[in-house]
Amino acid sequence: MSTTAAVILFAAVTTYAIFGGADFGAGFWDLVAGDAHRGQRPRDVIDHSIGPVWEANHVWLIFTFVVLWTCFPTAYASITLTLFVPLTLAALGIVLRGAGFAFRKAVFRTRDRRNFGAAFALSSVLVPFCLGAVAGSIASGRVPDGGAPGDPWSSWLNPTSITLGLLAVCMAAYLAAVFLVWDARRLGDADMLTYFRLRAVTAAVAAGVVAVAGIFVLHQDARYLFNGLTSRALPLVIVSMVAGVASLLMLRDRARPGARLAAVAAVAGVVLAWGVAQWDYLLPQTLTVATGAAPNGTIQAVIVATGLAALLIVPAFVLLYTLDQKSLLPEESVSDAGPTGE
Amino acid sequence: MTIPAMIVPALTAIDPVPWARSQMAFTLAFHIILVPLGVSWAAMTLIANYRGIKHDDQDALHLAHRWSKYMAVTFAVGAVTGTVLTFEFGLLWPRFMGRWGEAFGVPFAFEGLFFFTEAVFISIYIFGWRRLKPWTHFWTGVPIAVAGIFGSISVVAANAWMNSPQGVTLDSAGNVTSVDPIGVIFNNAMPLMAAHMVIAAYLVGGFLIASVYAAGILRGRHDRYHRLGFIIAFTVAALATPVQMGVGDSLARWVFNNQPEKFAAIELVPTTSTDVPETLLGQLNSSGEVTGGIPIPGLASILSDPATGTSTVVRGLNAEPTGDRPTNQEANVVHLSWDIMVGLGTLLFLLTLWYWASWIFRRDLPRSKWFFRAAAGSGVAAVVTLEAGWTVSEVGRQPWIVYGKMKVADAATANTGVWVTFIAVVLLYIGLGVTTILVLRGMSRRSRDSDSRRFDDADVPYGRRETVPEPEPTVR
Repeated sequence: MSTTAAVILFAAVTTYAIFGGADFGAGFWDLVAGDAHRGQRPRDVIDHSIGPVWEANHVWLIFTFVVLWTCFPTAYASITLTLFVPLTLAALGIVLRGAGFAFRKAVFRTRDRRNFGAAFALSSVLVPFCLGAVAGSIASGRVPDGGAPGDPWSSWLNPTSITLGLLAVCMAAYLAAVFLVWDARRLGDADMLTYFRLRAVTAAVAAGVVAVAGIFVLHQDARYLFNGLTSRALPLVIVSMVAGVASLLMLRDRARPGARLAAVAAVAGVVLAWGVAQWDYLLPQTLTVATGAAPNGTIQAVIVATGLAALLIVPAFVLLYTLDQKSLLPEESVSDAGPTGE
Repeated sequence: MTIPAMIVPALTAIDPVPWARSQMAFTLAFHIILVPLGVSWAAMTLIANYRGIKHDDQDALHLAHRWSKYMAVTFAVGAVTGTVLTFEFGLLWPRFMGRWGEAFGVPFAFEGLFFFTEAVFISIYIFGWRRLKPWTHFWTGVPIAVAGIFGSISVVAANAWMNSPQGVTLDSAGNVTSVDPIGVIFNNAMPLMAAHMVIAAYLVGGFLIASVYAAGILRGRHDRYHRLGFIIAFTVAALATPVQMGVGDSLARWVFNNQPEKFAAIELVPTTSTDVPETLLGQLNSSGEVTGGIPIPGLASILSDPATGTSTVVRGLNAEPTGDRPTNQEANVVHLSWDIMVGLGTLLFLLTLWYWASWIFRRDLPRSKWFFRAAAGSGVAAVVTLEAGWTVSEVGRQPWIVYGKMKVADAATANTGVWVTFIAVVLLYIGLGVTTILVLRGMSRRSRDSDSRRFDDADVPYGRRETVPEPEPTVR
């Protein structure tokens, strides 16, 4: 029973890493797109790409939290007790990001737009870094179980946390860039296709460099995780690497649809590898999944809620996605997206 | 000793409990204003939408368009402040979550489901204006309203569980050993509390939106569009208000029977007795005696149980040891909030009587400027009523976070930096609140200026930037 709960939890984390990651990554490219004039076209593609679905993506984070505190309450308490600072920063970043999202489209003055855009973009980097750092803290065993909090600073400002924080930012940027290549292609914008393809490759290389550096960091700093990654989680690590390289090859080759799928597999592989590597600990090496789990009644209720969610929400998402695709006519290119924004 | 050396220990020794309480109270007080809009605005939009299609009423359709856009903004803000709350449960109350999460969390698992539904269908509804047939589009809005109701029931179920912690088995050390999810969700406090909140959402949402149109009418916008906006919203509020008084009365009696300390604080009763007066205003002094206020003899006893009348015994605050009941100060807050809730609620009820009387006898809206002045103030009054009612519920439960099982002070985080996050959150939320209002006003002004009857989702959070002009929403 506790294993099922852990699987649901990790499925939620993975989904958030993919959908939320793509959103955050889009915010990253928004941030580095340059001044209002130069960044106009990439920002238009970004706006087109993440219009309707993105705030629904946020729900995955809430779902992750709910499953965590319901099924593994003591782990949630320990994590929030120790990682007060990065989680608070992430929460504040989410407020800024959400506000940027809610208001940016509603304000028409360029200056206001840029301010909201800046809030949106900066927090898009801050939040994945903090959440990656949180993952690093947990994975490296710096969150002790029970009432005693770990160190409020070194628990997340340490080699593993910083590496995973950077990795989260890179992966988000990579994932978003791959999605944006696809969107640029749908919009028939060859310049933007090249633009985001270059950025996808750059982000992938950066993610690769951080990942390789991470191997050495984990070897020194988080031995349990390292051992897990090099043994039972090794297949996932390999899948992730292969998928990452494959997505780049497919991108080079006229942006095939498979590139997106491969990019998703690469990111999912990393997150799942983390989960498998620290199995069967929830908090390495103080709390196992079985010990930390809530009573069966609770977990059954969560399974029911998850099942209902799959039943109700998947068709709804399909409908939304269909409508989204329907609106985007081939001749509707972004370059003439003027009058509403400026 | 240098100054920093003196300041640092002083700052790190700051007790987190009052700051954690303040931060939780502040963020909830903010979020609760968005809740009525999230829950009831969709229903009002659908009423306008239905009218628009059914009676080929372009004003009503236009209203539904615009409401759905504003609704998307308030929903996006509410989603953000709601997410913050999920962080805060752990960041501020880790020991509460660690011990009770397996029970308290159960309703939230279902709330997540409803929130998800709401978020997806808001997107679909916004998108559907120009991409779906009118009736299909109408039906994609229905899940928003339904999920809103069930979502708020789920959240209130969790809060009700804190007042009536059932469905759990504890071992001798007080730790949860087994959980009955049905027992947790459908705890004794849940039905009335959930009904009270859902109806409050319709009441407050109705008055809030009606007040905007009342202000417009006072400024001379007498057109049909403004009248329709006013009538739909105010009718919803006017239907909810009398029901709410009945539900509120039942809930007060539930509190009388199940949480006597809270009830003693509400009625400002220091010592157990019969023939307890209903004291309007007034407060407890430091020695716990009632001072000031206007006592109405025997009324509190009569209301507590009309069957036994003035001989009904009301338990006083003193019946519980000091540490297990609200402090005198907290009791004063509860009592004052109660008076505000009941007082403003009654005034709002009288306003709805005026409205109904005018419809029944004149078949029209009231003509008096005073009616519209009062209606223009009803939105703020309704929000104050809501906040006061919520204060009664939460402060009245003190010192418990889980009634009779865990105290607030034992639930809080040990992190001494909460005062910093409190200040940051307050500043951020003030900015968020001000911007929300400015953005909504800006959207309203723009759409009035352009007077465009075409639905454009370019400036809506869930919409997409559109460039190709599309035909108006067609009405068969």
